[in-house]
Amino acid sequence: MSLTEFLKRHLVSRELDERIDEIGKPIGSLGYDPWGYNNETLKIGYALTQEIYEKYFRVEVDGIDRIPAHGPVLIVANHSGQLPIDGLLIGFALASRKVRPRLPRAMIERFFPTVPYLGNLLNQFGAVLGDPVNCAKILANDEAVIVFPEGVRGSGKLYRDRYQLKRFGNGFMHLAMEYNATIVPVGVVGCEETIPTLANIKPLARLLGLPYFPLAAPVVLPAKVHICVGEPMVFDNDNIPEEQVTARVELVKAAVGEMITRGLNQRKRIF
Amino acid sequence: MPASKRPQILVTGAAGTLAQEVIGQLRESCDIVAVDFREQVWLGDDIPSYCIDFNKRVFEDLFRRFHFDGVIHLGRIMSSQETRLRRYNANVLGTQKLLDLSHKYGVSRVIILSTYHVYGAVPFNPALIDEEAPLKAAGLTMDLVDSVELENLANIYLWRYPDLNIAILRPCNIVGPGVRNAMSTLLSGERAPVLAGFSPMMQFIHIDDMADAIVLTWHGEKRGIYNVAPHDWVAYQRALELCGCSQLPIPSIPPVLPRTVLRLLNLRRFPPYLMDFFKYPVIIDGRSFAEDFGFSPKRSLDDIFHYYRENKHPV
Repeated sequence: MSLTEFLKRHLVSRELDERIDEIGKPIGSLGYDPWGYNNETLKIGYALTQEIYEKYFRVEVDGIDRIPAHGPVLIVANHSGQLPIDGLLIGFALASRKVRPRLPRAMIERFFPTVPYLGNLLNQFGAVLGDPVNCAKILANDEAVIVFPEGVRGSGKLYRDRYQLKRFGNGFMHLAMEYNATIVPVGVVGCEETIPTLANIKPLARLLGLPYFPLAAPVVLPAKVHICVGEPMVFDNDNIPEEQVTARVELVKAAVGEMITRGLNQRKRIF
Repeated sequence: MPASKRPQILVTGAAGTLAQEVIGQLRESCDIVAVDFREQVWLGDDIPSYCIDFNKRVFEDLFRRFHFDGVIHLGRIMSSQETRLRRYNANVLGTQKLLDLSHKYGVSRVIILSTYHVYGAVPFNPALIDEEAPLKAAGLTMDLVDSVELENLANIYLWRYPDLNIAILRPCNIVGPGVRNAMSTLLSGERAPVLAGFSPMMQFIHIDDMADAIVLTWHGEKRGIYNVAPHDWVAYQRALELCGCSQLPIPSIPPVLPRTVLRLLNLRRFPPYLMDFFKYPVIIDGRSFAEDFGFSPKRSLDDIFHYYRENKHPV
């Protein structure tokens, strides 16, 4: 028996198995899609994430039903916490919602494909290399995509800069306009406290070819996570100058900021 | 020219299984002339077959004698064969000679077989690569320079001589009975090397489907560059599992380590310069070929792997 079969037998219930199959994904004859997503691995990932989601981070979600059930969607969120835990939790929140769940894709940093085991594993769970061509093809496939327009500027930020949004790139807005994708702003509160970072050791990061090397405790702390989902935003595909695209991006950034404030207000304690 | 004249086609690479499949499909409706630079193959009394180097002057005699309507150029030396210089001479200069002669003697359809290797395996490749994506292979390894140069050359002729109606096909891994390329050899073996922690997505096309694709291209009229791949994908290690191959892990980091190990081993089925294709995915989008030529592969991945699994121990 292979490791995948063993884990599936012990972790994946029949209900979960049927539930994931029901959600359905455009996959090939052997259960894979072009980006490496695998239906069977996802079921194991789902079962493991459920434990972390419910028991470790005790995630509370507000407004997850605002994410459209069909068509191309860009879920735009703040990035924090060194590791892509925020993407995992948003993805699980949408996949586990009671009514019309979806299996979103998450755009990940460019260095992940070079990391053995982890890169493939993330791909099998639905994570995709953060390349505009990938995002465009996935939106054309009518899928939902989680994007962090702050990129490594967000995930690598220090504890003292927590909940301050860094610059948003304009790429996601161009894609949303071109593919008529609905943008849903999301604020994640709690991930900043999972791996509080005091400093970034840049020479070490350069040496290892990593985007940053955090000076932090080597554990992921069990901070309570709040995910606040805002109202969907739709932008037309008019041929507008970059300045106006930036203005639209600022609108989305402000909406994400608002969701963070809402999450911080809802939060009663950090852990 | 009488209206009932059967088209005369020159097929190169005749010693290969793919060319023989194509010839088998076209021989009913066309007059075929087969050439190969490696050996002379007997394909029946109705098909003249020659062993010839494209760079020799006698090659032109074939064009003088047969008045070809079409050229199907499948005779590319694969990267795992011959030396770099010989490959460059045959693949680039030989193809140039072939295209020059095709132009000179009024050939009206040229099909050139390229490879998806020209895109190059880099960690930042998006999936479903379109035909207009840059060809990065030449910057990654000297061993794929001839493949990229062959394409550049074909491209120049494609635009300079539109009457040649050149179609360049970039297929994914061609596999199946009789195929002798690195991937097919790998899948037929008992053990296959893998880079520890890397199982890139891959695409496979059955040789019969590839032959169908070439025949469809011959019958079609569109020219240009096309990826040829089924809309189905599988991870490399899963493919090995389904082919009944046990895995031989090679340490993958730092990258210099597997490169050194592979250079020392010098396996034909897992050549060092193709190492990155076993590390990073190169997934091509074959949908425009499927639409323009009405192509739909008939053999599934399961069929392909079943063949390799069942033929592990030939009687």
